[in-house]
Amino acid sequence: MDVLALSRLQFAVTSMFHFIFVPLTLGLSILVAYMETRYVRTGDETYLRMTKFWGKLFLINFALGIVTGITMEFQFGMNWAEYSKYVGDIFGAPLAIEATVAFFLESTFIGLWVFGWNKISKKAHALSIWLVAIATNLSALWILLANGWMQHPVGYTLRNNRAEMTDFGAVVTNTYGWLKFFHTLLSGYVIAAFFVMGISAYHLLKKNDLTFFKRSFRAAATFGLLSSLLIFLVGDFHAAEVAKTQPTKFAAMESVWNTTQGAAYNLIVIPDPANERNSVEAIGIPKLMSFLAFGDGQATVKGLKEYPAGERPPVIATFVSFRVMIVFGLLFVLLTLIAFFVSRGDRLDSRTTFLRIMFYALPLPYLAAQFGWIVAEVGRQPWIVYGVLKTSDAVSRAVSQTQVWASLIGFTLLYGFLAIVDIYLLTRTAKKGPDSDLSAIVRTPRTQEV
Amino acid sequence: MAFQIIWFILWGVLWAVYFMLDGFDFGAGMLYNFISKDETEKRIITRTIGPVWNGNEVWLITAGGATFAAFPTTYALMFSYLYSALLLVLFSLIIRGVSLEFREKSASPSWKKGWDLGICMGSFLPALLFGVAFGNIFQGLPMDADGYHGSLISLLNPYGLLTGVLFVLLFLVHGAIWLAVKTSDELAEKAGVLARKLWVVLLVVAVSFLAYTYFATHLYANYFGNLVLLIVPVIAVLSLLAIRLFAGKGQYLASFFASCLTILMVTFTGVIGLYPNLIPSSMDPNHSLTIFNSSSSVYTLKIMTVVALLFVPIVIAYQIWTYRIFRQKTTSLDIAAEKESY
Repeated sequence: MDVLALSRLQFAVTSMFHFIFVPLTLGLSILVAYMETRYVRTGDETYLRMTKFWGKLFLINFALGIVTGITMEFQFGMNWAEYSKYVGDIFGAPLAIEATVAFFLESTFIGLWVFGWNKISKKAHALSIWLVAIATNLSALWILLANGWMQHPVGYTLRNNRAEMTDFGAVVTNTYGWLKFFHTLLSGYVIAAFFVMGISAYHLLKKNDLTFFKRSFRAAATFGLLSSLLIFLVGDFHAAEVAKTQPTKFAAMESVWNTTQGAAYNLIVIPDPANERNSVEAIGIPKLMSFLAFGDGQATVKGLKEYPAGERPPVIATFVSFRVMIVFGLLFVLLTLIAFFVSRGDRLDSRTTFLRIMFYALPLPYLAAQFGWIVAEVGRQPWIVYGVLKTSDAVSRAVSQTQVWASLIGFTLLYGFLAIVDIYLLTRTAKKGPDSDLSAIVRTPRTQEV
Repeated sequence: MAFQIIWFILWGVLWAVYFMLDGFDFGAGMLYNFISKDETEKRIITRTIGPVWNGNEVWLITAGGATFAAFPTTYALMFSYLYSALLLVLFSLIIRGVSLEFREKSASPSWKKGWDLGICMGSFLPALLFGVAFGNIFQGLPMDADGYHGSLISLLNPYGLLTGVLFVLLFLVHGAIWLAVKTSDELAEKAGVLARKLWVVLLVVAVSFLAYTYFATHLYANYFGNLVLLIVPVIAVLSLLAIRLFAGKGQYLASFFASCLTILMVTFTGVIGLYPNLIPSSMDPNHSLTIFNSSSSVYTLKIMTVVALLFVPIVIAYQIWTYRIFRQKTTSLDIAAEKESY
């Protein structure tokens, strides 16, 4: 493999690994903040124990999200120097703003939340986890506005051998970026909901701490149902935006080879990229694809053959990932809908089959999110900035094959090790369940001053 | 004033504040295994930096982000030229982070021992490598029209290494004084004694560094051109002396502020000497990366200036506030009370 292929692989490995932790942080921070707010409002200690237990799992995950995030910032310069030079005038700004506006807030107040139980008032303590939740979500906004710009560049001009920003407002209000933001946010909420429901299901099956886990499950089911429904809506808008701004990605997502007016949506499709066609197309719903893409059944959907072979993304990976994501999305609506109604009654712990399903469903939203990112990033190829800069022109020139091999192996080993530690800690903490002894929570006040 | 100059100043400030804040985390982390006599003392040490190290590290992320946004060409070339060195920094920072967060997750002695090593190495390596990197930037990197002609090994030249040792010692002293302030009894005593001993070594290295800098770099040229600027290195030297003075009187909080000032001023001394370069070329001055030939457009710099002026003061305000909340000394009572810690 050459430097380009190795760098791409390394970026894929490190960003996908980073995105194991980020979405749970996005959603679980909100759930934990909700639990603590309930505790402050009602004084009900079950809510305090919920805050503590889910907070503990949150923190294990949070730590890994933070450390793997530093890698992302370093890599743009290390492996993608030509990219950074070419688009830094625009792309650097949202990253720097993210650090200044969001990351500081998140990292400072997480310290206060963890160590501040007896140092600040209950309300201020609950406020600090809300600030963490808001900051992580705000952080996602700036990162996804940056990514949105790579997908659909706006507010720039090509000058001085690079892309220079001419309209910051356009970058910040880029519809593509905002849709991506809401889509990603909601995927994180779904992940968090399934995380809480899955672990609660495990304990409910064992008849542990029923009140605690029923309540946790119910909160997560409501959160999950809302998020699963909304993500479908946002996903639909997002796909339409892709059809409008990234025709090659849209064609690959749906495996459309020939430009068609009033295109049908085929439920079963088997792409055959070698022959630039689909070997199977079955169960078509007339005009549906045109309608979904452009809100008009008569609209024309452009096929991949309109574009030179060198400007088409890999079809199989994009198409399959998109389909899998959609199927998962439908499944999540179904499961959260059942979860919502089942958890409203008091007999949740007796629904053993459903609880077992929810336990095993825990990893599925994670998979769906990874597939979603494959659609987004593989589907954009061969461009790194759609229509502006090719990935092959973006890689660092000063970096050797040996260096990238070494770093790729290093990342694989280090991240592999971190994955083992993460899984070990999460399962152990999750299995152990919440503390029943509140004395472990309330700390003795101290008087000694500096 | 040109926006490039504003961003050059901000760039220097971000790095200086980063070194001042994460510096004591690194120092405490390096000393951690050697100064603690038992598990309780170890937990006291990590507990002193626990609430703040995360927020401190973000200054690095912001320094990196600001370099990207304001001087993208410098960001691109610096990170790709120093690929292997930065990779080591990155791995070390990752290991330090998870070590601090995961150490208390199990009571098993071998579990703790492993993370202890992570805290120590994850603090030492970045301290050393940041120094090596800045030492090499002060000297200039071997770059010309064909790109970069150095390697990881060529970075480990005498001046680069001396700067690395200077950083390690600055942070060791900084961390030792931090512990003298933030802990009590025997541990604080040990930390204070150690700070005074390490200070002597720091003084020797700092003097050698100042002398060697004259021969190895062009940093002094700006000072000879404008003598007023000499105030910065003079304050650096005076505050370095003040560290010892206050420590000798047992006034460790004052000594700690002197140490903060020293680190800020040492960084500024280097940064002022670089101007208008961000990375000078040691081969051909025409290929130096300056704040003018590697900057973003004025439009971008203006927007970033507004963001920085609006938000950096807010960040500083809430960070000071959290430092005040955690101003008390950490004692064995805290550790006992936090048996169920995160």
